[in-house]
Amino acid sequence: MVNASPNGPASPRGQTLLLDGITQRYGASLAVDGVTLDIRGGELVALLGPSGCGKTTLLRIIAGFLAQTKGHVMVGGQSIDGLPPNRRSVGIVFQNYALFPHMTVAENVAYGLDARGADRATQRSEAQRMLDLVKLGHLGDRAPRQLSGGQQQRVALARALAVNPSILLLDEPFAALDKNLRLDMQIEVKRIQRLSGITTILVTHDQEEALSMADRVAVLSQGRLEQFSPPTEIYDAPDSLFVNTFVGSANLLGGVLLDCDRSAGRVRLDAGGLIETRAPKGDLRPGARVTVCLRPEHLSVAPAAGDGDTLNGVVEMGLPLGATVVHEIRVGDGTAVKVSEPRIQRADLLAPGTPVRLAPVAPRLASVFAAA
Amino acid sequence: MAATLRDVTTYDLKLAAPLAAGFVLFFVTPLAILLALSFQTDPQGGHYGLTQYVNFLGDRFSLGVLGSTLWLGVKVTALTLLLGYPVAWLHQRSPGWARGLIMLLVLLPLLTSVVVRTFAWVVILGRQGIVNATLAWLGLIDTPLKLLYTDGGVVVALAQVQMPLMVLPIVTALGRIDPNFADASSVLGAGHWRTFRKVILPLSLPGIVAGCLLTYAAAITAFITQSLIGGGQMLFMPMYIYQQASTLQNWPFAAAISIVFLVSVLVVVSIFNALGRLSRGYANA
Ligand SMILES: Nc1ncnc2c1ncn2[C@@H]1O[C@H](COP(=O)(O)OP(=O)(O)OP(=O)(O)O)[C@@H](O)[C@H]1O
Ligand SMILES: [Mg+2]
Repeated sequence: MVNASPNGPASPRGQTLLLDGITQRYGASLAVDGVTLDIRGGELVALLGPSGCGKTTLLRIIAGFLAQTKGHVMVGGQSIDGLPPNRRSVGIVFQNYALFPHMTVAENVAYGLDARGADRATQRSEAQRMLDLVKLGHLGDRAPRQLSGGQQQRVALARALAVNPSILLLDEPFAALDKNLRLDMQIEVKRIQRLSGITTILVTHDQEEALSMADRVAVLSQGRLEQFSPPTEIYDAPDSLFVNTFVGSANLLGGVLLDCDRSAGRVRLDAGGLIETRAPKGDLRPGARVTVCLRPEHLSVAPAAGDGDTLNGVVEMGLPLGATVVHEIRVGDGTAVKVSEPRIQRADLLAPGTPVRLAPVAPRLASVFAAA
Repeated sequence: MAATLRDVTTYDLKLAAPLAAGFVLFFVTPLAILLALSFQTDPQGGHYGLTQYVNFLGDRFSLGVLGSTLWLGVKVTALTLLLGYPVAWLHQRSPGWARGLIMLLVLLPLLTSVVVRTFAWVVILGRQGIVNATLAWLGLIDTPLKLLYTDGGVVVALAQVQMPLMVLPIVTALGRIDPNFADASSVLGAGHWRTFRKVILPLSLPGIVAGCLLTYAAAITAFITQSLIGGGQMLFMPMYIYQQASTLQNWPFAAAISIVFLVSVLVVVSIFNALGRLSRGYANA
């Protein structure tokens, strides 16, 4: 615990967690549809997806509040399907923290130890140790309502960790915090997670949070797993159109696939011009209609060139956004394309109406998917 | 700004005026008359003094009636709580349609007249009543049990009649408890019983206190049920007051025991209230 560096690799001390083909049906509707996640010990995994995609449902299944319709939950290689929540050794921090209002902060933290039959002295010293860990050692005698949101969250974290669970579940833990505090708490949680080496699942619909905190991100859509990869891969090499548009922003351009191999593809855009892309996902043949996803920072704005085969457009407006400049360009087929460039490279905004040419900053940045 | 504020205040006071007038006319005034009456030494008027109070407090029989009335309230409240809490809890845990059904069953006593409800209990508890008939049919008894005109009969009948007053506040209190609390408790290693004892019960305490207060006040003043189920042998304060005033025409004594009763009830109520404040202190977060 002492040696673990906050930014080091996942600690091997945490338990592995395997979600094996989890399906949850509510009446006729599928809330979770055959989700399989193989999570390493000590890993921090973010469940990312839009509202209603089944994140909380998955968490409740892992905690044992809900019995899945199909599939298995395995911790450290052992199935925990038959165990009630109080015997699963899972810690959970609720979105609203759910601190017991009729107990002091220290009593809250000691609650799980008490339930496990620890004696008073152990309860007190352990609770104090956990509160020190979350830097609230001096507030043990307060009532939860006398704490700020961030402090309450730390208490909830201390309470969950006090019983030394194998798995830590965090359900949108930062959603109720304002922006500055949120960043502090994200760093804090990451620090404590690294220190304790506990396998952690973080539910969020905030992509920045998922990308910055997690070792791997599981993107869910309508109950299905879309992609389970490290954050950079999620961002740079999305597996589906959904992931590409849900994480980060993307310009979608229609086109026709000209040719492709395992490493790259070439697409003729409807709006004009040829573009070299990453290898297309899925079974796409030359001649297929495709959607090309270009992130705003994948493009740069160049002066219009008279000749034909380029992606040309007209500036609609420009916005200086601190470190970057964003231009919105209306291209040949009427699509509005956003282009984001570092401001040191482009001191002046382009006036609306300026004809321009768009060029990728490097080849094979764009992703290609079958046309929706 | 200040003017607006004053306007609002006078406006509010005007709105409350009719109620205040009614309150003074129909509650404060009679109470004052009652108080004055209780100091008359003689039913025919005459001097003022503490004679009636001395009579009451020096009389074993009267004190016995007061004591058994207050004690009756305790027994009814305890039984109602014991039976009502599980009902409220069941209501909380049930799916929508079952909730409606439970609520209907709980509210049913309020929708029928007290007299009807009480006579139903006479039918149930009587010598040839449902309980005795069933027990005899099962061969468990040879001679009918005496259920009517007993202390137990009064307690049971009152508990049934007052049940909504207990269940409704507890249902409200349980409904206010964040369901995550129970989940948090269980995930921390607590079983159902510990979760109930350590989390649900303490957080529903405000509802329990409110329910007990209402039940208690209603039980000790339930003139009709007390008299019909209790019969002639058992005397409780409301009937005692009625007898003194109506039958014996001893208005000053009736007034005095009313005041004593009132004060005793107020004492009990303030004890409940103190408990309520204590529990609200930590249950409202
Ligand atoms: N008890 C339930 N009965 C029926 N349907 C439910 C129930 N709980 C959840 N659902 C449905 O299951 C789906 C997934 O819900 P879930 O709460 O897991 O979403 P979520 O990803 O946590 O969303 P959010 O980000 O809004 O919290 C939703 O479509 C929801 O309507
Ligand atoms: Mg949710």
